[in-house]
Amino acid sequence: MPNKTPLFDQHVACGGKMVDFAGWDMPLNYGSQLEEHQAVRNDAGMFDVSHMVVVDLKGAEVKAFLQKLLANDVAKLKDSGKALYSCMLQQDGGVIDDLIVYYLDEQNFRLVVNAATRDKDLAWINQQAAAFDVSVTERADLAMIAVQGPNGRAKADAVMTAAQVKAAAGLKVFMGVEVEGLFIARTGYTGEDGYEIMVSAEQAATMWQKLIEQGVSPCGLGCRDSLRLEAGMNLYGSDMDETISPLEAGLNWTVAWQPVEREFIGRQALEALRDKGGLRRFVGLVLQDKGVLRAHQDVVLNGEVVGETTSGGFSPTLGKSIALARVSANVVDECAVAVRGRELACKVVKAPFARNGKACVELN
Amino acid sequence: MSEIPANLKYAKSHEWVEDLGDGTVKIGISDHAQELLGDMVFVELPEEGAAVSVGEECAVVESVKAASDVYSPVTGEVVAVNEDLADSPDLVNHHPYADGWIMQVKLTEEGELEELMDADAYGELVSEEEH
Repeated sequence: MPNKTPLFDQHVACGGKMVDFAGWDMPLNYGSQLEEHQAVRNDAGMFDVSHMVVVDLKGAEVKAFLQKLLANDVAKLKDSGKALYSCMLQQDGGVIDDLIVYYLDEQNFRLVVNAATRDKDLAWINQQAAAFDVSVTERADLAMIAVQGPNGRAKADAVMTAAQVKAAAGLKVFMGVEVEGLFIARTGYTGEDGYEIMVSAEQAATMWQKLIEQGVSPCGLGCRDSLRLEAGMNLYGSDMDETISPLEAGLNWTVAWQPVEREFIGRQALEALRDKGGLRRFVGLVLQDKGVLRAHQDVVLNGEVVGETTSGGFSPTLGKSIALARVSANVVDECAVAVRGRELACKVVKAPFARNGKACVELN
Repeated sequence: MSEIPANLKYAKSHEWVEDLGDGTVKIGISDHAQELLGDMVFVELPEEGAAVSVGEECAVVESVKAASDVYSPVTGEVVAVNEDLADSPDLVNHHPYADGWIMQVKLTEEGELEELMDADAYGELVSEEEH
């Protein structure tokens, strides 16, 4: 039996088409993925992301622990509530997971990791934490609702207390705050402004219903994927995994090379890869022909396979198909993707494709 | 529950066939099929004049979720395709049995129509799949 989030009954009541996702019974859509996608780009939509895994880390050595565990450097976090996106690497530089880490205070951090990687993440974190004065606590008691879109924050305000609204209003992008039982973060996975709100499992359904009353559209995993793809955000397991380093997944910017003394797990392997050179590029593709790009199709240049798409689909904002792809360095402006035996012409672009309701790439 | 018009014939692979009475049939995918696939974003049509045989791939419907082959429920020659789908693939979602048709085929094996399911039989197949 798949797991059910505290919002399962709400999904069924909203007409959610339920599918198994990483062992969770989750809504794929509530009717139309395209309409849900547009709701987030143009108004406000909400996602149940309670299946994601919240892990609290506390202790005297928590900062030193995270400086070893993560490829990005938590020393960058100076203000309480500030968040950082990072990969967690194997010794060989392969990506175990990508995650968000919140700095609450010097002895108190919070991680949010992927649902599909929960077991191996917790095993790895606990294994590495053994050498430090750190406690690792999974917060399965929390549900999480992401309210996203240009009107998302205003509509979420209407379901919060005065103190919560005030605290949330002061949040800069990529910051979170705990106030009166909610942890409200100005983060997301859509390329739109909005909040990700952690709420107790008991209160989640009430909050969901109040958000519906505010006109926030329930949105499923289908449009979560098309929105993040347009926003050029990686999906773990599709764009990168244990066999791929962040240097070949467009995530160089998340690796904190400085200070050089910081011996994070995977550092030596990444330095060797970086110095060796010949790394594949991670690029965006916009299909010029008719059709739809999908994940794991061959990228072709001058008759040779030079890489593969790692994510692909139809971009409602562009009205064209788009993909993320890992390709050899000679793929610069144009290439083709093999779709059912035919080579379809693509333009090579730098992701994101669309954010904040608008296309970010030249279409011609 | 999906809609299953009584006047049509159906294939196990979820295509419908409308006998136009002049030796040709119109073909599309069922309401159940479009519902499973989700919002359509592209339909790859056959060429007019192409020969199709029963059970053979003749078109591809691409939804937000996946690409899915359409199998010809009959043998014959494609005499028309629904050009409107180029700009509006969503017609397959909204009007699967009308404006969302895919192709019209001139039959060479009229007996094949007898092999297809009627609405009741297809309804049973769908309800089995839904449970």
